[in-house]
Amino acid sequence: MNKLASFAPDYIRYVLKGSKQYYVWMGILALLSLIQLVAHYQQNTDGLIVTGMTSQIHDGLYFANLVFLVGVAAGAVTIVFPAYVHHNKAMHEVTVLGEMLAIASVVMVIIFVLLHMGRPDRLWHLIPYIGIFNFPNSVLGFDVVVLNVYLLLNIIGGFYFLYIRYSGGTINKKFYMPLIYISIVWALSIHTVTAFLISTLAARPMWFHSVMPIRFIVTAFAAGPCMIIIAFMIIRKNTKLWIQDEAINLLSLIVTWCLGIALFLTMSEVVVELYARTEHANGLYYLMFGLHGLTKLVPWFWGSLIAMVVAFVMFLNPNIRKNYKLLPIPCVLAFAGIWVEKGMGLVVPGFIPTPIGEVSEYYPSMLEILTSISVWAFGLFLVSVLWKGAIGILLGELKFGGAKPIGSAGSKKPAAYASK
Amino acid sequence: MAPEKIPNVAPAEDLACESPAQAASADPSGPDMTTSRRDFMKAGGMLSVSSLLGVGSLITMSEDANAAVEWAEHFQGNYRLMTQQEKAEARARLERRYSAEYGKRVVVDGTEAQEGVLMGYALNIRKCIGCRRCVKACVAENNQSRGPRPGESIEWIQVLRMERGGFAEEKMNHGYPEGLGIQVGGNAYTPAGQVLEGQYYYEPELVPEKDATYMPIACMQCEKPPCVKVCPVRTTYREPDGVVVIDYNWCIGCRMCMGACPYWARRLNVANPVLPKEEMNPVTHYLGNRPRMRGVVEKCHWCMQRSRQGRYPACVEVCPVGARKFGNLLDPESEVSLILARKNVFRLKAEMNTFPKFFYFYD
Repeated sequence: MNKLASFAPDYIRYVLKGSKQYYVWMGILALLSLIQLVAHYQQNTDGLIVTGMTSQIHDGLYFANLVFLVGVAAGAVTIVFPAYVHHNKAMHEVTVLGEMLAIASVVMVIIFVLLHMGRPDRLWHLIPYIGIFNFPNSVLGFDVVVLNVYLLLNIIGGFYFLYIRYSGGTINKKFYMPLIYISIVWALSIHTVTAFLISTLAARPMWFHSVMPIRFIVTAFAAGPCMIIIAFMIIRKNTKLWIQDEAINLLSLIVTWCLGIALFLTMSEVVVELYARTEHANGLYYLMFGLHGLTKLVPWFWGSLIAMVVAFVMFLNPNIRKNYKLLPIPCVLAFAGIWVEKGMGLVVPGFIPTPIGEVSEYYPSMLEILTSISVWAFGLFLVSVLWKGAIGILLGELKFGGAKPIGSAGSKKPAAYASK
Repeated sequence: MAPEKIPNVAPAEDLACESPAQAASADPSGPDMTTSRRDFMKAGGMLSVSSLLGVGSLITMSEDANAAVEWAEHFQGNYRLMTQQEKAEARARLERRYSAEYGKRVVVDGTEAQEGVLMGYALNIRKCIGCRRCVKACVAENNQSRGPRPGESIEWIQVLRMERGGFAEEKMNHGYPEGLGIQVGGNAYTPAGQVLEGQYYYEPELVPEKDATYMPIACMQCEKPPCVKVCPVRTTYREPDGVVVIDYNWCIGCRMCMGACPYWARRLNVANPVLPKEEMNPVTHYLGNRPRMRGVVEKCHWCMQRSRQGRYPACVEVCPVGARKFGNLLDPESEVSLILARKNVFRLKAEMNTFPKFFYFYD
């Protein structure tokens, strides 16, 4: 019990300590995080009119980020799956970092949901018993359930592991392993259900096709690991935790093939829609070439497509994939490309034209853009906190009964991390 | 009883019926009004603890009465699941708030669906002249927001203007690919009879225009409404008389219903609705035209405050050419039933399987 009581204070104390660089990084993120308070206030007094959303295009930047971040959260499973299903040792050592990333991503998703809602003060209407939960009709209802359960699974799984390592106990496999396997399947479910959220809307032909869930999953398993690879490189450079090459190589291989499948699915969609060129293809046509002279998203679509193709070609080449100086380039390209393709490039054209044929465009307001940046900053802040503590525990620097310097007697495991 | 429990009502009461503008839009005189007023008294008699608390705060915080009532509104349940007493309390609470806010006696009716009535609508697309009086009458009747900023002005009916179009002899050889012998397709047309590619921001001096036809669209009150299916909190649902309604106080503003509607019938209150006091129609229904709030979705409900009292919706009443017909689908002698029996009718986007109770016909 003593151990449990001292876990949180020790964790916080450890996270509060850091280099000057660390303080600057966290300080900037903290300041940026505060911007969103303005949006929360204005949207709940003036209304969504402070955003660029209208009755025509009523999902915008917030919803786009929400969809993308569900993907990042699900993408964390690319660490957990190889670790526990393929018994990949390099991944096994850093699984908890994936779980921490999932926690931060789902928290960001929840903030974006609150920003997206017209009446966040009525969120409790969704809670069964005190509110009404439209089960099993509403896909949004399912989405709320799977996201919250995923958050819970990762908090329990991640912090159970960290606590055991912190307190020096052994992991109860009967408790921990089912949790891991459930969370692997659950990661797929969160993104599948989020895809169903829009692909079941028959009124929006741009979204109404069955390729959506698999496309969501492959783009998630490309974008998520891209972010993780870059994060791993930063961790290797700035902390004592040495993440093995094998882990990074496996992630970049996963990105390669998921990105390839994503591009293939994009191509399939373009061919199917544009060959027949029915009215139902208007949304995609708007995205690719513009409609009735409105072309705002056209450069974004082609930019994202080029970024993804270039990234894919780079990933295919093992000389680039295994060259850690060049690897961040395709990672950033793929991440940005998917952010555009799956965010604004997917959400907005669904509303253009409207079901009765009106073509209008969506201009996110400055507040909306700043707020989205602000939520991302908060997410990075959160993941920094979670990762710093987790790395401390993995290294053995954060341990019950006081920190032990790395490599000292009695902490063989952390030494093993550091030496490889 | 009413005056002591509803302090704002008494002085404002005279205002309500005398404004000619309201008489034109809502006609609060006559038997309907007395019925709802009687209901209102009944509701007052059933006030219980929670509303007494509300009244208490009204007296103590009279300078900010709205805040107190809104506070109580935050904790009410879904209207469909309330007991009769809770419904009456909720309506009485709203009547107090609206009366104070708009400076006149506002009635929030709660008349339920009648046995043996299933409402239906038919529109003679041949007759419509595109004057858009229905749009204006709808806004005046149903207390939509009418502010100057984009998004603050809400209309439930859209009248699409569609080109008559046609084919031209001089273009008959304009095929593509241009200049090659074998034509894949032609360009001899200008859009003719094209549904759902029209525009509704037209401002002609005179209607009907020679080169256009018109297609009014509003909520179709589907028998299988996709909007109801996707609602996570069941705030929008089908009433037994066939109308799809929204409990504005339960809506969380997630906008799934707007994405699901194939007819673009739903609007979001992106701002606090702008509704001038003098233009506000005080004859309202809880599930109908009562003033809405920021962040919730609204749409046509076939003027529930009228149709449940045996009157026509405002758009039907105002249509100068009699293109709009409304009635009970279960009564074989009603106009709508006769149209279904005798005319060629069609439904918009029938392939969506939404089974609208809004029919188009022509003669």
